[in-house]
Amino acid sequence: MSTRSTVAELASPAELHYEILSQQQLIWRKFKRHRVAYFCMIFLVLFYVLAIFAEFFAPYGPFKRYTDYLYAPPTPIHFIDENGAFNLRPFVYKISSELDLNTFQRTYVEDTSEKYFLQFFTKGEPYRLLGFIDTDIHLFGVVEPGVFFPSGTDGLGRDLFSRMLLGARTSLFVGLMGLAVGFALGLFFGGLSGYYGGGIDMLIQRLIEFLQSLPTLPLWMALAALVPPEWTPIQVYFGISLVLAIVGWTGLARVVRGKLISLREEDYVLAAKLSGLSERAIITRHLLPGFLSYLIVHLTLAIPHMILGETALSFLGLGIQPPAVSLGTLLQDSQNVQTVTINPWLLLPGGLVVVIVIAFNFLGDGLRDAADPYKHL
Amino acid sequence: MLNYLLRRLLYMVIVLFLVSILSFYIINLPPGSWIQNYALELEASGDIVDQEELDFLNKRYGLDLPLHEQYFRWVLPLISKGDFGESFEWGQPVWPLIEERLFLTMTISIASIIFVYVVSVPIALYSAINQYSIGDYFFSFMGLIGLATPNFLIALVFMIIMLRVFGVTPGGLFSPEYLREPWSLAKFWDMLTHLPVPVIVIGTAGTASLIRILRAQLLDEFQKQYVLTARSKGLRERFLIIKYPLRMAFNPIVSGIGSLLPQIVSGSAIVSIVLGLPTTGPLLLRALIAQDTYAAASMLLMLSVLTVLGVFLSDMLLMWLDPRIRYERAN
Repeated sequence: MSTRSTVAELASPAELHYEILSQQQLIWRKFKRHRVAYFCMIFLVLFYVLAIFAEFFAPYGPFKRYTDYLYAPPTPIHFIDENGAFNLRPFVYKISSELDLNTFQRTYVEDTSEKYFLQFFTKGEPYRLLGFIDTDIHLFGVVEPGVFFPSGTDGLGRDLFSRMLLGARTSLFVGLMGLAVGFALGLFFGGLSGYYGGGIDMLIQRLIEFLQSLPTLPLWMALAALVPPEWTPIQVYFGISLVLAIVGWTGLARVVRGKLISLREEDYVLAAKLSGLSERAIITRHLLPGFLSYLIVHLTLAIPHMILGETALSFLGLGIQPPAVSLGTLLQDSQNVQTVTINPWLLLPGGLVVVIVIAFNFLGDGLRDAADPYKHL
Repeated sequence: MLNYLLRRLLYMVIVLFLVSILSFYIINLPPGSWIQNYALELEASGDIVDQEELDFLNKRYGLDLPLHEQYFRWVLPLISKGDFGESFEWGQPVWPLIEERLFLTMTISIASIIFVYVVSVPIALYSAINQYSIGDYFFSFMGLIGLATPNFLIALVFMIIMLRVFGVTPGGLFSPEYLREPWSLAKFWDMLTHLPVPVIVIGTAGTASLIRILRAQLLDEFQKQYVLTARSKGLRERFLIIKYPLRMAFNPIVSGIGSLLPQIVSGSAIVSIVLGLPTTGPLLLRALIAQDTYAAASMLLMLSVLTVLGVFLSDMLLMWLDPRIRYERAN
């Protein structure tokens, strides 16, 4: 209660209980009432943490190859062993492969004679956490020579789960990066357009219409083909987010313009003008806070577009390039239908994309409802 | 009215002109050119690079000229004779290469739009009338998944299901026996039988978003007083809904073609690559990677023509549908 200034309590000791909440508090309250959106927000925050510390949460390094386990299915986890005894600690059996000499297909069977318990904080491949902490401790794993692949391996015998975590990091942050650039562009052009109106407005609106009438993906493809192949993964990464932003800023510019046009006519803007405030101050101090919540909503809803864009481009081989890992490049392995039909777990990165995008959509919906806390009250 | 039409047409021409410049420049921005790629490829495969041949190709396609001259070499014949130039990669004129593919892109796009409307209008009506029913939740949930799943993933899943359940590899738009055949009624029918899978895959995202928009719009309209008036007058519910709120809700649907069309053309590009459809998508991808300037620029231009024309037609339709909309300048 200490953070909420309850004026009524201070004014009179009467039983009447008033609360005066700031706009932010009202928005937050309303947002929390939207259960699904609230849940999705927590999920996304956790997922971003997971992605940032991907190397720690992943049992293996993203490039570590287990040549005995090509296209191995997800390793089953057991609690009950072959004698029917219950173990509190989950374990996996030794996996051995058999080559079918007729079809030349590998089948993997569990060898119940050897079992490996799952352990926390196992020592594994060394990595550099956050770019400066050298360590080799992974959150979970099994002791060698046992192997544990939570979502199987790919055609080169690399652990898909570990790669998914690292890939998610790339995809999630490409989205954010593209968004930051798109946000700047949208704010700049939308602001110019809405505040000054007239010829500038006309010009910028035509530009936006022009960009919006183009088929997005072919344009993305053309722009992504610009990224030179000899660039380092980091440069490619920035290049791709720039490409996504160049096409993606128009929607935001429209929102900004619309809001500015309606706010421009408000009395308080006139008052600010009369009291001699500079235009810059009027825009940043009086106009911007007026529609900040709408901007945030719009941004949240724009992230999934960026993620889907990156996935599509990388899937086509125009985006992030292997060996760099992103959810899109992981899906490249599933381009061959025969391979995926036999090894369906290769589609798991796609499932992850769907979950992330749904979560962002719900979060955006919840924020939109909350952005105007006086509605439906 | 005529004034407005002319203004729109002029605007369309300007847009397409800008698209032609933009696409040409974007394609040429990456370092290197098709000739250099070609020479590298020859070198990589151990062939002898014939400098004379390279020089000849350079001259022939004008690749040694400054970019704006190259642009005019492409665009002037295009305007005067409708000649799209020659594809470097294929060594033949661009137009015959893309003609059929463009036609198929158009067919698939139009079929997808029809699919989107045919599916989403009844579902949105049902969901709006039975708000918060199990069916409404079901469709909302499906819509959510549809919106969140990348097109190519839906295509992949479809192919896997077909392969697992029916043991056939779907893909392509024609049965093998019709591939090289000239157009005939039988071939057309064969194409129609192949259309459903790509159309469903391409249309899913559009359907999902349209259901959402239309449902919200209908719910808004149901709140309005004229609905109450009509109901109190004793109009039958079904008649009432179709006669009034649905008609009102149709506005955003028609104007939505403007945003739906670019989305569908985009979707068809990537879905075609996955499903191996002979549309412009796969060819464009190859042309972009090979820096086959004339082919890529021509395709980008023609795809833009498709969308810009579609938006124009939808605006005309909107004006005809809703007499309240006036495009004349006020004063």
